[in-house]
Amino acid sequence: MSNVSLPKKARRIIPGFHLSLGYTMLYVSLLVLLPLSMIFIHTMSLSWTEFIAIITDPRAVASYKVSFGTALVAGIINAIFGTIIAWVLVRYQFPFKRIIDGLVDLPFALPTAVAGIALTSLYAPNGWIGQFFEFKIAFSPLGIIIALTFIGLPFVVRTVQPVLQNISAEVEEASASLGANRLQTFRKILLPELAPAILTGFSLAFARALGEYGSVVFIAGNMPMKTEITPLIIMTKLEQYDYTGATAIAVVMLVTSFVLLFIINFIQWLTNRRFVH
Amino acid sequence: MEQSIALSKSAALQEPRIIRYLLTFIALAFLAFFIVLPLVSIFVTAFQKGVEVYFAAITHPDALAAIKLTLIVVAIAVPLNAIFGVMAAWALTKFNFKGKNLLLTIVDLPFAVSPVIAGLIFILLFGSQGLFGDWLFAHDIKIVFALPGIVLATIFVTLPFVARELIPLMQTQGTSEEEASISLGASGFKTFWYVTLPNIKWGLFYGLILCNARAIGEFGAVSVVSGHIRGMTNTMPLHIEILYNEYQFSAAFAVASLMSVMAILTLIIKDIIAWKSKSV
Repeated sequence: MSNVSLPKKARRIIPGFHLSLGYTMLYVSLLVLLPLSMIFIHTMSLSWTEFIAIITDPRAVASYKVSFGTALVAGIINAIFGTIIAWVLVRYQFPFKRIIDGLVDLPFALPTAVAGIALTSLYAPNGWIGQFFEFKIAFSPLGIIIALTFIGLPFVVRTVQPVLQNISAEVEEASASLGANRLQTFRKILLPELAPAILTGFSLAFARALGEYGSVVFIAGNMPMKTEITPLIIMTKLEQYDYTGATAIAVVMLVTSFVLLFIINFIQWLTNRRFVH
Repeated sequence: MEQSIALSKSAALQEPRIIRYLLTFIALAFLAFFIVLPLVSIFVTAFQKGVEVYFAAITHPDALAAIKLTLIVVAIAVPLNAIFGVMAAWALTKFNFKGKNLLLTIVDLPFAVSPVIAGLIFILLFGSQGLFGDWLFAHDIKIVFALPGIVLATIFVTLPFVARELIPLMQTQGTSEEEASISLGASGFKTFWYVTLPNIKWGLFYGLILCNARAIGEFGAVSVVSGHIRGMTNTMPLHIEILYNEYQFSAAFAVASLMSVMAILTLIIKDIIAWKSKSV
């Protein structure tokens, strides 16, 4: 009961409300809202049929499939291996654990272009790894998946890790003392607890992968209809000074991202509600 | 007897040893392939043609110009976003007002936008066909394909980092310490400086480090607005791209290795901060 909320008046004794809120509003209006609204304002110059024609152009549609498909596969790979890595880091002991734990964040710290050229040279047909495979990895959708897996890995590990740390041992002890074996305890007790975190991590990795550019352009090969991602379509149109076409495709990407953002927030809201009684 | 109970208990609470080893092996193998191997390959390729080629690549005038430009961009974008982050966190955690959740979502928005689109929006504002294009041309001001455009795109992409780190932290810290300070007669600024700042310094530092790493490495957004003018509007990642596309692999990886060192330093500093803030 110590957390009784203060009466409204008491809260206002802290100064700086108008200054901090005003500054925040001005900053996001000028640097986020105004620039982003340009996408929608600029698209208004197109008629509906023109807009539909641009966004359903076969090359654009093929790029949606490439972007969506590779991001989905990379997201699933990360959901599985990210969870295993989080599990191993939280539960098991092994040498150099702290360094390995720190390395998980490398994709956040390493510039995407650097990751792009490094992965490309590894998986190119004559590269350290690529030479052992008869089929192409770099310059095929497989290469895109590898780059997106690299980019998305920390999202799953870093969302699952804290949840796993906070699961109290008593729950597992209770399950075991009631006769459940380890697999049953994992499936019936641990997995349901971890599922929202895994799903959130997957969605974050997936959303990031959909828009990713730097690490993918090098390894993708960028063949139209085959390995061309949607951000590259925007880039190509910009290089041809087709601003309107680029903007129309950007609308499709933005709307997709906003829907994803909404879903992520919804999952988190559901999860928080479960814990606050 | 007691020992056997303890043993059976641990067997029920832990996976069989084979499973433990297998999971550890999978996790480490995955990290080795996806994280360690790419990192090692950068340094090996960078020094493949010898130390001389390496130093020639990183002291080339175009490389130095790219390093300088990157540092200038970071020196402008990161402090601006840090001040914004503190302001936004103060407004969003110390007060209640209508539309708070909406403002939180807007602060997070740049994370949901593809870097390419982050560049595109500034072309639409300030490019020759853009909203302010004619006015800027008439007054001979260059934003796109020049330093201001690169700075704006970088600010956009890295805008949420500091705010995102501070908001949850200040939320859990509440307002009681500030209230005590104010009611004892301290000014608002003094309260912030002596009460709030010491409480949030590690979080602030953490946000700064992440913001800095992204600002140095941003590629997609900067690529759109830079115009790729060698020695003029090329940041380090763009310089790497040009070298790579010209098949100057050793030079490209030499510059890339510099950026990798920065990334590793970022990780180390991050780890130290996490450790310090836990021990406080």
